[in-house]
Amino acid sequence: MEIATKEFKHCHLVTLKGRVDSATAPQFTQVMDGLIDKGVYKFVIDMSGLEYMSSAGFRALLGAQRSCKRYNRGEVILASVPARIHEALELAGFTELFKTYEEPLEAVGSF
Amino acid sequence: MPRFRFPASFEYLDEVRTRVAETARTAGMDDNAVYAAQLAADEAASNIIEHGYAGKTGASFELTCEFERDRLVITFYDQGITFDVSKAAKPDVKADLSERKIGGLGIYLMHKLMDEVHYRSTGSENILTLVKRKD
Repeated sequence: MEIATKEFKHCHLVTLKGRVDSATAPQFTQVMDGLIDKGVYKFVIDMSGLEYMSSAGFRALLGAQRSCKRYNRGEVILASVPARIHEALELAGFTELFKTYEEPLEAVGSF
Repeated sequence: MPRFRFPASFEYLDEVRTRVAETARTAGMDDNAVYAAQLAADEAASNIIEHGYAGKTGASFELTCEFERDRLVITFYDQGITFDVSKAAKPDVKADLSERKIGGLGIYLMHKLMDEVHYRSTGSENILTLVKRKD
């Protein structure tokens, strides 16, 4: 898994690449928690380069969404979710918990 | 049938998924079925590592993966804590964000992704079998 962050005026864009599983999800959580601790609560997760995500990744997303939505201070939005990952998120009932956009920049512009 | 042994550590999940994908692809299963089998096998292995062995050092589990009569059959063998996945509490996948439980999701997905999930314990060994039919 590779993770990169970019700061925009109204949100942070987090780009995930490769595979997120029980081995790599903690690294994703660490990056998200680090930013949340600094007062960043608005995120777009660009998943276009993501090949694989297990429930460990879903849990990391859920934790971040909970922290960000607390006191209505922000939100985690997903962008360019690959079809297979979207199907698994749907099975888990996670598509109800996240707004999703086709394009990351469209998502960034929504904040 | 050869049993492949893996140390009970998350770093080996990649190899578990690769092993499953190779067998499924060789049998001519489509990409969606291959992905589903990989995800279900990952969830099963993650569960064994995280809950079955609960951080025990030096532990390992074994895997067999084969295609027989239009069915991909993945079997895990471990000596960890006995846990019947068919008795796991089902997560509420319609709950609000604040009510959403973190646990149980992997087992839920495993059942959803596969056609059959069987569990049995011999006393000394837990045996979990996942079956996916080739459409």
